[in-house]
Amino acid sequence: MNTIDTHLLKEIADLERVPQGAYNIRKNGKLEGRNNSANIVIESKTDKPGIDIHIAPNTRNESVHIPVIVTETGIKDLVYNDFFIGENCDVDIVAGCGIHNSGCETAEHDGIHTFYVGKNAKVRYVEKHYGEGEGTGQRILNPHTIVYLDEGANIQLETVQIRGVDSTKRYTKVELAAGAEAVVTERLLTHGKQFAESKMDVVMKGEGAKTQVISRSVAQDESVQVFYPQVEGDAPCFGHVQCDSIIMGNAKISSIPAIVANHMDAQLIHEAAIGKIAGDQILKLMTLGLTEEEAEQKILDGFLQ
Amino acid sequence: MLELKHLAYSVDGEGANLDILKDVSLTVKDGTFLVITGPNGGGKTTLAKTIMGLNQPTGGEIWWNGEDITHLSITERARRGISYGFQQPPRFKGLRVRDLLALASGNPALSHAEGCQLLTQVGLCAADYIDREMDTSLSGGEVKRIEIATILARKSPLMIFDEPEAGIDLWSFARLTETFRYIHDKREATIIIISHQERIINLADEIVMVADGVITDQGPKDELFPKILANTQSQCEFVRKGELA
Repeated sequence: MNTIDTHLLKEIADLERVPQGAYNIRKNGKLEGRNNSANIVIESKTDKPGIDIHIAPNTRNESVHIPVIVTETGIKDLVYNDFFIGENCDVDIVAGCGIHNSGCETAEHDGIHTFYVGKNAKVRYVEKHYGEGEGTGQRILNPHTIVYLDEGANIQLETVQIRGVDSTKRYTKVELAAGAEAVVTERLLTHGKQFAESKMDVVMKGEGAKTQVISRSVAQDESVQVFYPQVEGDAPCFGHVQCDSIIMGNAKISSIPAIVANHMDAQLIHEAAIGKIAGDQILKLMTLGLTEEEAEQKILDGFLQ
Repeated sequence: MLELKHLAYSVDGEGANLDILKDVSLTVKDGTFLVITGPNGGGKTTLAKTIMGLNQPTGGEIWWNGEDITHLSITERARRGISYGFQQPPRFKGLRVRDLLALASGNPALSHAEGCQLLTQVGLCAADYIDREMDTSLSGGEVKRIEIATILARKSPLMIFDEPEAGIDLWSFARLTETFRYIHDKREATIIIISHQERIINLADEIVMVADGVITDQGPKDELFPKILANTQSQCEFVRKGELA
C-alpha cells in the first residue's frame, strides 16, 4: 500500500495499519487483503463481484472492516456485499469507500450492501465516504444499504459523507420484525457543484418495532441535496424522522420526509428544518474569542458531529 | 480600567436617526461590581453590547486598560479579556455543553471535573448536563445558566452579564448571586451586570441608572439604591392611589 492508500483508509475507516480481526480490503475493483477470524468468515462471491460475510451466532465484541479504495481514474466498481449476522451477536462493522482521482475520467464505486441480522443480534455499522484528488474526473459513490432485522434485533447504522464526492445517490432500506430497533444516522456535507440524493425507506413490520432516522446535512457553495426519508408502520410501533440541514452560499436543499401508518397503533413523527447558520450563534462564539470563520467551522463541525 | 468617552449609538429609524445612546461617559475601575439599571428600552443592553463590540458606536470612544478598543472586533475584544453573557443566548445543535465550556475556557482538554464545577456554580446538577447537547431539549432557564457558566469559564478580567436573572428559578438565582459575590470578594474581575433585581443591585459597589440613552444618575450603591427604592415606592403609591380613586 502506498501513502495515498493509507491516507484513504485513515479517512474512511480510521485505519492506520491492517486492522485486528476480520477484514477485507478492496482496491480498484480487486482484493487487496483479507483475514478471517474464528467467528467471522469472508468469502468471495462466485456469481457476481462482492463478498459474503458470515458472522457466527453469539459472536460478541468483534469487528469486521471492509473498506474499499479507488485510486485509478476511469474505474467503475460495482460490488455486492452480503452480511449474514447470527443470533445474539454484538458486533461492529466498518465499511466505507475512498476515491482518489487524479485523472480526467470518472471514478465510481457502487456498493450494494445487504444485511440479514439474526434474532436479538446487535450491530453497529459505520460507512464513511470520502473523495479527493487533483484530477478533473468526477468522484461518484452510489451506496445501497438494505437491512433485514429479525425479531429483537438492533442496528445502529451511521453513514457519513464529508467532502470530496461529486455525486452520490444513496438508498437505504430497513425492514424491522417485532421488537427490532433501528437508529439510522446520516451526515452529509456537499460543496462546490456537488450533488447528493438520499432516499430511505424504513418499514416497521412487527409489533414493538422502533426506529429513529436522523439526517443532518450541510450544503455549501452551489451544491444540491435532495432527501426522501420515509418511515412506514405496519404494526404497533414507534418511528421518528428528524431532518436538519444548514444551507450556505447558493446551495439548494429539498427535504421531503414522509410517514406512512398502516396500523392504528403506529406512532410516527417527522420533523424537518432547513436554515442558515444563525447570526447569534456566530456572535456568541466570537465573544468566546473565535474569529468569524472559526465560529462558522465550529458550528458546522458540531452540527455534523 | 474601562472608560467610555462620549459614547453614542444611533440607528436609522424611518428616515431620521434614532439615538439609542447619547454621549455616555463612564469610568469603571478594576475590580468594581457595577450594576446598570433603569427602565426597559433605555439603552442598557445596547450599552453592554457596544462595550463587547456587538454594536459599533456611531460616536465616542471605548478604552480598555489604556487601549482604544473602539474599532476592534468582537474577537479581538474577547481576546483582550472582555466577555459578555447574552440575555437570550443561542442554542447549538450538535455542540455539547462540555464542548461549549471547553471553547469558552480556551482549554480544549477541559476536564470533566472542571466542567462540572462551572455548572455547579450556576446551580445546575453538573452530571446531568455536562454531556447534553445545546439544543432545544434544554429549557430557556437551563440555556441561560449554561451561558453564564461560559462567562465564568473564560475567567475574563471584565465580565458583562445582561440580565442574568431572566428566566432563572429562585433557587438557581440564589446560587448565582453567591457566585457573583464570590468572584467579587476575590476581586478576580470587574463585573458589569444589567439588572433590575434587588438582590443583584445589593451586591454592587456602584450603580448607574440609564434611561432614554443617557446616564441619569450614578454613584455608590449605598447612596443611590435608597433613592431608587424611594422613587419606586412613590411611583407605586401614585399608581395605587390612582386605582383606588
